[in-house]
Amino acid sequence: MGTKRQFKVWRGDENGGELQDYQVEVNEGEVVLDVIHRMQATDAPDLACRWNCKAGKCGSCSMEINGLPRLACMTRMSTFEETETVTVTPLRTFPVIRDLVTDVSFNYTKARETPAFAPPAGVAPGEYRMQQVDVERSQEFRKCIECFLCQNTCHVIRDHEDNKKAFAGPRYFIRAAELDMHPLDARTDRREYAQEAQGLGYCNITKCCTEVCPEHIKITDNAIIPMKERVVDRRYDPLVWLGSKIFRREKGEAPRGSAAITATNTGAGPQLPTVTPVPPAGERSPEADAERAVNWHRAVPAPVAPPVGDNGMLAVSEFAFDRPAAPSPFGDDVRFPMPPNQLNYSHPDQPL
Amino acid sequence: MTTRIERHHYDVVVIGAGGAGLRAAIEARLAGKKTAIISKSLFGKAHTVMAEGGAAAAMGNVNSRDNWMVHFRDTMRGGKFLNNFRMAELHAKESPSRIWELETYGALFDRTKSGKISQRNFGGHEYPRLAHVGDRTGLELIRTLQQKIVSLQQEDKREHGDYEARIKVFSETTITELLLDGDRVAGAFGYYRESGEFVLFSAPAVVLATGGVGRSYKVTSNSWEYTGDGHALALRAGATLINMEFLQFHPTGMVWPPSVKGILVTESVRGDGGVLKNSEGKRFMFDYVPDLFRRQYAETEEEADRWYTDPDNNRRPPELLPRDEVARAINSEVKAGRGTPAGGVLLDIASRLPAEEIRRRLPSMYHQFKELADVDITKEPMEVGPTCHYVMGGVEVDPDTAAAAGRVQGLFAAGEVSGGMHGSNRLGGNSLSDLLVFGKRAGEHAASYVDGLGRRPQVATPDVEAAVDAALAPLQRDTGESPYALQQDLQAVMGDLVGIIRRRGELEDALVRLGALRERVAKVSAAGGRRYNPGWHLALDLRNMLVVSECTAKAALEREESRGGHTREDFPTMEPTWRRVNLVCSLDGDQVRLERKPLPKLPPELFRLFERAELAKYLTDEELAEFDALAEEAK
Ligand SMILES: Cc1cc2nc3c(=O)[nH]c(=O)nc-3n(C[C@H](O)[C@H](O)[C@H](O)COP(=O)(O)OP(=O)(O)OC[C@H]3O[C@@H](n4cnc5c(N)ncnc54)[C@H](O)[C@@H]3O)c2cc1C
Ligand code: SF4
Ligand code: SF4
Ligand code: FES
Repeated sequence: MGTKRQFKVWRGDENGGELQDYQVEVNEGEVVLDVIHRMQATDAPDLACRWNCKAGKCGSCSMEINGLPRLACMTRMSTFEETETVTVTPLRTFPVIRDLVTDVSFNYTKARETPAFAPPAGVAPGEYRMQQVDVERSQEFRKCIECFLCQNTCHVIRDHEDNKKAFAGPRYFIRAAELDMHPLDARTDRREYAQEAQGLGYCNITKCCTEVCPEHIKITDNAIIPMKERVVDRRYDPLVWLGSKIFRREKGEAPRGSAAITATNTGAGPQLPTVTPVPPAGERSPEADAERAVNWHRAVPAPVAPPVGDNGMLAVSEFAFDRPAAPSPFGDDVRFPMPPNQLNYSHPDQPL
Repeated sequence: MTTRIERHHYDVVVIGAGGAGLRAAIEARLAGKKTAIISKSLFGKAHTVMAEGGAAAAMGNVNSRDNWMVHFRDTMRGGKFLNNFRMAELHAKESPSRIWELETYGALFDRTKSGKISQRNFGGHEYPRLAHVGDRTGLELIRTLQQKIVSLQQEDKREHGDYEARIKVFSETTITELLLDGDRVAGAFGYYRESGEFVLFSAPAVVLATGGVGRSYKVTSNSWEYTGDGHALALRAGATLINMEFLQFHPTGMVWPPSVKGILVTESVRGDGGVLKNSEGKRFMFDYVPDLFRRQYAETEEEADRWYTDPDNNRRPPELLPRDEVARAINSEVKAGRGTPAGGVLLDIASRLPAEEIRRRLPSMYHQFKELADVDITKEPMEVGPTCHYVMGGVEVDPDTAAAAGRVQGLFAAGEVSGGMHGSNRLGGNSLSDLLVFGKRAGEHAASYVDGLGRRPQVATPDVEAAVDAALAPLQRDTGESPYALQQDLQAVMGDLVGIIRRRGELEDALVRLGALRERVAKVSAAGGRRYNPGWHLALDLRNMLVVSECTAKAALEREESRGGHTREDFPTMEPTWRRVNLVCSLDGDQVRLERKPLPKLPPELFRLFERAELAKYLTDEELAEFDALAEEAK
């Protein structure tokens, strides 16, 4: 019942490698990971690939599929055209070990540097009392499956290897935010820590991390921005300063909030990469497609500030809202993952 | 060929980084031991992340009538009284403390109105008992333990200047052999998956926490890690396995579409009001309530439906029967031709709760099916059927210390790899708490075993050389079969002949086929090199899967009754005489040997927790007479 489909899989190790062609049978209802398993069982028994749960719960199978950072077990084959070549490559930001497996130890190093939960003094085990509304804000961040797709996507480390030392990345910003919002955590310096030791200041709120998060954690809106916001009381952060200036000026012209939202969506904020027109299918090479799908040399998007209120501060609506944390600046009816044409990536077949 | 072998010295080596392994490692490190944690996958990805429903602990937060005695009773009932009573007792008593402890590590469970940990209903538990976080409890558990280990490492960094001074995680490292000095554990040998380089851990105490065996089955919820490594390592080191015939088939795994085949639909879907229907639209579970449970379960749909809002005055719906009963009922419906084309039945929550409510109560279930299969569970029913899920059997251990039975010393086991706690069937939610309770005990006793040792056992060089040769063999052969083909054949044998419903003829056939497979596996060859080569890794796992499968098939053939996770079509009833017997597997050379061993006796104070009428269904007349004598004495 299956049909043969074209795949390009990157094979190689730290010394280099190349995309190799595979023709694999694909059945109805399968995901990319099913196909990779079929390759292993037939043509490529030594094809290296991480996976565990095949259910989007463990975050092992992160890779780039047609240039988009994705979980292979959560990418349905039916999202591709039958004639389309599917190109599978390892995560870009981390050193390749072999084939689709990369060395993600960077993340574990950063995890180890983030100070752990500090239990409140004098509260015995079993005596912890917290309200559901209070734990929900941290729970959103504890949904993280550590797939590291956000880490892979963040341009601060993706494009600048040397930033890795000073920058912990979105995964660990949400860890800091989670502890900051934990009702019983005894430390009070989580935000300062994020700013000073984790390199929160490098983040210019491009929201790419939020776009790729398979758990739909609103990394930027619910963790990064609130932390930047609150830290600024005590510290000069040029971005937030700039942001509030821009929006103060705009306020007279358009209703507040909506301006900021449309700005984000129409690309006045994060720029969609400007890409050369897609050549007709016959003249295209998949290698070029894979290269082209992500604009590696795109300009770092201009900083976009969050929508702010009359006092120049973020609305703290997360307290009054019917769901954990602040409403999405994309509008709460917008679902993640967003349609590919709204991402920073462009699908090779997408008309631009 | 010269081989470089990295050597490490530790006091306690924990094999496995799931809930049990991490809890054991924390305890060993707290006892001051230099501890290594070894895991086949990355840190924080072990199988435990997949657990959804929750962790059972009688904290009494939701219904204050709950206590350890009720939990103990439920556990024994669920296991059909084959449980090691002492393990069930310790588990019921200690699990609340283990859960509370997690909060001090930073866990955030869902809360009740008064701010305590919320608890939910689950099949087989009399009161709401499962601490949970939405439907991602396993993730919370493993992340919390992972972060606790990080916090211990930060402590060590402050004290010793090195994060890894006293506890180190070796991720993507597979242990292939335990090394002995006489009958004492001396170390463990394995390879780094990334590089294919070998590594030797010299350690006087090893804790096995390697999880289960489900990869030997065709339809399974288990990942590639579950190849029974710990079971096989224990056997080869001279330890024994018990209850290997008991495998849990989760009643409701997805059978269609293929992208979600084997993925479980959590039992809380039924706890929250989901009902099972056959292809004729009939809610069939009412026809399958066993006599034993009649008193606790509703007889009409009306009563069952009232239970969700008023559990004190109504009996529970039969959809919440223990999972083996549900699995068997589904199997019967499908065999009678009332199943779906893909061989399942329909699980319907869409018509029972408003869409908004379903999304709120079962968020990740909703997303999973929406994204993976484009199935909207708020609109259409799910197609579900039995899926291999959990192995009750495992390393025979001492209940208090978690030390492995048999000749070997210095070997401990906890979590799914150990046996006895769950008897013939595990209740949902009892595994996560089992990991914590016995993980802690294993770590603690491994540490004190090391303290009591006079001389550190030594690894013998010829043993290491033999382990290297065995590991390299599949790469050096190029005439053998592909490991993937062999795995498929093994899965076919186990799935078709040693599956959920078993028969003598088929089991005998299975043993013959496993014998033939054994020869083919001995000649398996893997293409490619040593760096991150999954074909090679599978080739090495195959022999473990095979020996464990042989144990299961042998024990299943021997046990001529049906009980919990073992159903014999030719012996459909439960036999009180068989309740007194454990089947124990050991290795004799490379052959599996099966022996019968009597079950430990229930002490009077635990005996008296049950009603006589209930016990009458499980016990022999002789045992009942003892019970009566006790009751008489107590008067
Ligand atoms: C889908 C699903 C849902 C579940 N839901 C629930 C639930 O709601 N409640 C509940 O109580 N239970 C549930 N369970 C059962 C429970 O999750 C498992 O039984 C439990 O997590 C097992 O934990 P463990 O610590 O024993 O092993 P695991 O977490 O499986 O860890 C095993 C570890 O051992 C390592 N390992 C294995 N072999 C080797 C080797 N040779 N060398 C080195 N390392 C090795 C692995 O890499 C891994 O780190 C569920 C199980 C599944 C599959
Ligand atoms: S918002 Fe952009 S810069 Fe900031 S962490 Fe996310 S991806 Fe990186
Ligand atoms: S925050 Fe989201 S994208 Fe980042 S690691 Fe966690 S789950 Fe993955
Ligand atoms: S395999 Fe676990 S997330 Fe894909």
